[in-house]
Amino acid sequence: MTTVFKSSEARPMPGRRAGLVAWLRTHLFSSMGNSLLSVLLLAVCLWLLYSSMDWAMVQSVWGANLQACNDVRGVGACWGVITEKGRLIVMGRYPEAEHWRPVIATALMLGVVVISCMPRFWNKTLPLIWAVMLVVYFVLMKGGLFGLTEVDTDQWGGFPLTVMLTVISMTMAFPLAIFVALGRRSSMPAIKTLCTLYVELIRGVPLITVLFMASFMLPLFMPEGVKIDVLVRVVVGITLFSAAYMAEVIRGGLQALPKGQTEAAATLGLSYWQTQRMIVLPQALATVVPSIMNTFIGLFKDTSLVTIVSLYELTGALGLALNSDADWRPFKIEAYLFITFIYFAFCFAMSRYSLWIEERTAVSKVR
Amino acid sequence: MSHFSMIEARPSPEKKNRSISWRSREGRSVIYQIVAILAALALVALLVRNTLANMRLRGIQSGYDFLFQPFGFDISETVIDYAHNSSYFVAFAIGMLNTMKVALIGIVLATLLGVLIGVGRFSSNFLVQKICYAFVEFFRNVPVYLQLLIWYLVFAEALPDLENAWTAGHFYLSKNGISFPWPVWQLGQTLALVGAVLGLAFGLYYRSLARAHFDRTGQARPVLWVALAAVLGLAVLGWLAGGAPSEWDLPKVGDFQIEDGGAFSPEFMALLFGLVFYTAAFIAEVVRSGIASVTLGQHEAAASLGLTKNQAMRLVVLPQALRVIIPPLTSQYLNLTKNSSLAVAIGYPELVSIANTTLNQTGRAIEALSIVMLVYLTLSLITSALMNWFNASAAIQER
Repeated sequence: MTTVFKSSEARPMPGRRAGLVAWLRTHLFSSMGNSLLSVLLLAVCLWLLYSSMDWAMVQSVWGANLQACNDVRGVGACWGVITEKGRLIVMGRYPEAEHWRPVIATALMLGVVVISCMPRFWNKTLPLIWAVMLVVYFVLMKGGLFGLTEVDTDQWGGFPLTVMLTVISMTMAFPLAIFVALGRRSSMPAIKTLCTLYVELIRGVPLITVLFMASFMLPLFMPEGVKIDVLVRVVVGITLFSAAYMAEVIRGGLQALPKGQTEAAATLGLSYWQTQRMIVLPQALATVVPSIMNTFIGLFKDTSLVTIVSLYELTGALGLALNSDADWRPFKIEAYLFITFIYFAFCFAMSRYSLWIEERTAVSKVR
Repeated sequence: MSHFSMIEARPSPEKKNRSISWRSREGRSVIYQIVAILAALALVALLVRNTLANMRLRGIQSGYDFLFQPFGFDISETVIDYAHNSSYFVAFAIGMLNTMKVALIGIVLATLLGVLIGVGRFSSNFLVQKICYAFVEFFRNVPVYLQLLIWYLVFAEALPDLENAWTAGHFYLSKNGISFPWPVWQLGQTLALVGAVLGLAFGLYYRSLARAHFDRTGQARPVLWVALAAVLGLAVLGWLAGGAPSEWDLPKVGDFQIEDGGAFSPEFMALLFGLVFYTAAFIAEVVRSGIASVTLGQHEAAASLGLTKNQAMRLVVLPQALRVIIPPLTSQYLNLTKNSSLAVAIGYPELVSIANTTLNQTGRAIEALSIVMLVYLTLSLITSALMNWFNASAAIQER
């Protein structure tokens, strides 16, 4: 009996894996339901894109022409409101002739912040650069020196104020947060309790109440005859608020550090503060840079609340510019979109940076 | 020849010197703590002294007695009865209830939307994936306060007038908010609610039975359907037992507003939309990172055991993802509740808004703010406690 070898039929060639058609098949039309969903979503997206383009670009008015704006009301955007009021929205109540000062000062501040974000510059000269920047910043903004006219702090506003509130509060909150975080991990019960109390109390209430406290109660807390500027009060409030959140972030970094590090430091005979300064903090802080960045983004967004205690930063300056102007008030939505774009651009850039630094630390941990 | 001799026992260690001295670590720590407490007390004392002096100087009254004086302002939205001469106490209670109302509805909606979008980030459909990504990036990178203002503009100005309200059946949407039919509450509805709760209790009991059965025999019984049937069935039974009331309170167009029926004001809608969209973007990120934290091996192991994709998600991936998700989810819930205080800017009468009015009326900043802080701290603690309990039940059951 002989068996005859018969080769079995070859399997059909697998479908194409590369190319546009294959990509479409796997990513959009993999099944009946998926195909339906894709078509539906595509239609909705296209329609949204078409109508928003039509509103924002085709039918829109770009010049500061009130008549033309009123004509296209409802069908097209009136970007003229930004041409007309943009300066007031971005700069707030700062005297118009002096606008070059906040522009330079804010550019300087942002520049130093950007430099501080680059690991290349993380060295001993950075604090010095900060100190110089802060001095120059306040001289430029406040004036009264070197022949600059003095500008009261209640006239500061717009985007420079947003940046200033964020950066200054963050800078002051950072050292405070480090001490509170160390305090919460201290072995001394009294110190631990005090720090925990502070953090939990602040984190339990909304920023608004802290701002209300800063603007209504802080003056009562001061000794007789001492008056503090409303801007200072608000900065103090925001600082205390964000320090509590940042302390929790830093505590996370401290907890992530293996115990062997402090034990090794103790074996070398380092004191508590030496250990913290040279061994613990450098490692703990490096791991939480992304989270600190997130706190920073949160703070940048939260500064919009100071409007409620009548400081006119970007959001507040918009209200200031439009609420009392019956002519341009109907085009508030365009102005809102304008500052939405500003906020988004900055926050998005910062979140990309945070991702980048996270990947960078992840790489450095690989052996 | 040597003979073994015992070594003399070491003397018992000297008793630790417990006296407070700068020389010992313990001593220093005690001194530091005393100094810290004294400093804290001194600060508080100084602040109290200054405050009292300032109040005397400015003639500010203090005390909580104002709580029983009439509030004297209209409150646009009230959950409980409010009259023109109701006291500050009632006003604060209304504020608190309004905060809780928007927070509760907001938390439920934000969770639903956030989970949907977070899961959508893993969709095999390219469009779904990208739309979810765009949603998250847009809504979390714009201040919630600004979003609130924009929603308010949409609800209070962009929508049509009362006469031209968008109507669908008995639903009306206009500048005055949204109105919808609401059942007239009678015995039947109450009994239906009781029935639903009983059904839920039965469902939970049945689940534990089914689990015991599964452990014994390895046969799974359908739980979800039985529980659902129990809840619905008992609710309908309760409704029938209560005489099957079917009266609806229908909204109708009046002269100045849409009358009757249930209604949400534009302020409430703006606040709700702002909070829900903002928080949903964050919850989506929380859910995404939770699911991403479950290693691929778990999916593969589930697949090799023969679980379907759905079963793998429900029985293997989600329980593990939940452990990562719950703690940050809790802080998102707390954030939503705290962010509801921004309503003060658009005039929804929640707690901070009432406190703000009180502050302007009576000038008692300390009292008004202390009430607000107390309420928020209590709400935070309750939410944390609930979520910690939920977290404990989701945590790894180790031996």
